[in-house]
Amino acid sequence: MKPSASNSSGNAFPAPLIACDHLSCTYGNGSVIEGVDLQVHPGEFVGIVGPSGSGKTTLLKAMLGSIQASHGSVTRAAGLSVAYVPQLETVDWNFPVTVGEVVGMSRPQKSWWPGSSSSEREEIEEVLERLGLGGLEQRHIRELSGGQQQRVFLARALIQKPDVLILDEPTAGIDVTTRHEILHVLADLNEGPPQGDGIAIILTTHDLNGLAAHLPRLVCFNRTVIADGTPSEVLQPYFLERTFGAPMEVLQHGGMPIVLEQGGDQLRLRLSRKGAS
Amino acid sequence: MIFAVDFLKPFTYEFFRNGLLIATLAGALCGLIGVFVVLRGMSYIGHGLSHAVFGGAALAAVLNLSYFLGAGLWGLASGLMIGRVARKRIIGADAAIGVITTASFAMGLALQARFGQAKQSIDAVLFGNVLGVFTGDILAVVGVGILSVVVVVTLYRKLLFATFDPEVAGVSGVNVPGMEAVLMVLLSATILVTVRVIGVLLISALLVLPAVTARLLTNSFGRMLWLSPVLGAIFGGVGMYVSWYADVPSGAVIILAGTLVFIVVYSAAGVRRRGRVAGMDHHGPSLRTA
Repeated sequence: MKPSASNSSGNAFPAPLIACDHLSCTYGNGSVIEGVDLQVHPGEFVGIVGPSGSGKTTLLKAMLGSIQASHGSVTRAAGLSVAYVPQLETVDWNFPVTVGEVVGMSRPQKSWWPGSSSSEREEIEEVLERLGLGGLEQRHIRELSGGQQQRVFLARALIQKPDVLILDEPTAGIDVTTRHEILHVLADLNEGPPQGDGIAIILTTHDLNGLAAHLPRLVCFNRTVIADGTPSEVLQPYFLERTFGAPMEVLQHGGMPIVLEQGGDQLRLRLSRKGAS
Repeated sequence: MIFAVDFLKPFTYEFFRNGLLIATLAGALCGLIGVFVVLRGMSYIGHGLSHAVFGGAALAAVLNLSYFLGAGLWGLASGLMIGRVARKRIIGADAAIGVITTASFAMGLALQARFGQAKQSIDAVLFGNVLGVFTGDILAVVGVGILSVVVVVTLYRKLLFATFDPEVAGVSGVNVPGMEAVLMVLLSATILVTVRVIGVLLISALLVLPAVTARLLTNSFGRMLWLSPVLGAIFGGVGMYVSWYADVPSGAVIILAGTLVFIVVYSAAGVRRRGRVAGMDHHGPSLRTA
């Protein structure tokens, strides 16, 4: 019963960039993800949704190669360049490092002297300018707004000129306008030439309506792939309940699915009664 | 004129000039390596390693081996063992250090109690002795100093990436365990060549003080990396000079001088930081969407 976009589109893109084949990963006391089959093709934009603790980050790290598979395999296309943008809460914000230093650190040091060459400086400035961070090079990373902080780490990933960009919860803890900005930047990067870079993007998110529903391909994930397809294929009560473990209602608005949590009415009723008494 | 002559008097003694030179160099070296010690939370490792080196030094003295050979091999073995034991999550790095280095220190103390009378050099390692410095000691500090500068400069970006964000660094092709090993070797070598100047009991302070003071003065890794050695050199030189007049062991004065500067900078930074937070309400230019 899996609507499988990856299989139907598999013919259009013969070679996947990243392919998980019956992938399982284990941490000490038990498997975190199990039997995952997932393929990401050039130019795709994939959102992985699931509750916290569902193994989304583990899946990303397995695709990056920083966690070993206990069963099955992850295959990356030969010579594939993958860049990772970590969740902001994992960053050490007290570390003495400026915006320019963060972006520059991921460039391989070509000469014995660590300072950026003039062409590197130009590249860094260009990436910062493009992400709306121009003029902030000397700022400490703590002295930025949440959206700017997210974009600094996006800049560090982009300067590696990746084929695939992997982001863990890029919109966690940032406000609605900023989320919109980040999404537009990602859409630009994902769009093919001449306007965009045609970078394949994989991200995880909690945000079903604000983010997931806008993406071309969604994967509902809870320890394994529950559903895989377009938002209207995947955002359905049956899959959502299996993913999140709670009943959800789905409305259609302007051709876009909107997910509602059930039980909200009862909660509101309880709280309003409490206010009245 | 009388005062001028007086202030320059210690410089007429060769042993003082040697002592001043090595204290300044040792301060600079500890300042450089201390940046990584502080940012990676390795200060307890530094503390432990110096104690381990003491055991090796005592053993070398009793066996009439060269200090650098005995203490060096011993320190290296301890460092590797700490790394090995700490990788077992179940024990934890701090406990591993506690077990291995304290055992080594205890062995040193036992050897000192048994053979200490005959082997004065054990005492020197414990408390540091700037004035008993030989040319070999100075050359050793210079050698490790040059090695450290070369390594830190040529591996700068990898060391920064691996220190700031090891997970992403690993994914981006940086050999993170390799960088950790390089830093462990540099830290061990630094302790080995400076411990006889400052003393086992005070060396960890010289690894931390210049770096934390530099951290308060800058938000940039690159600037911290040269500011910390400069501060370390000043602490070492000034501490050594003052100790001549105070007639107090130089290691203690060096640390006290550093602590004094740290307190002044800390107080000033508190004032500055409050001001900066108050002025933080402006954001950068907004994002351009194409």
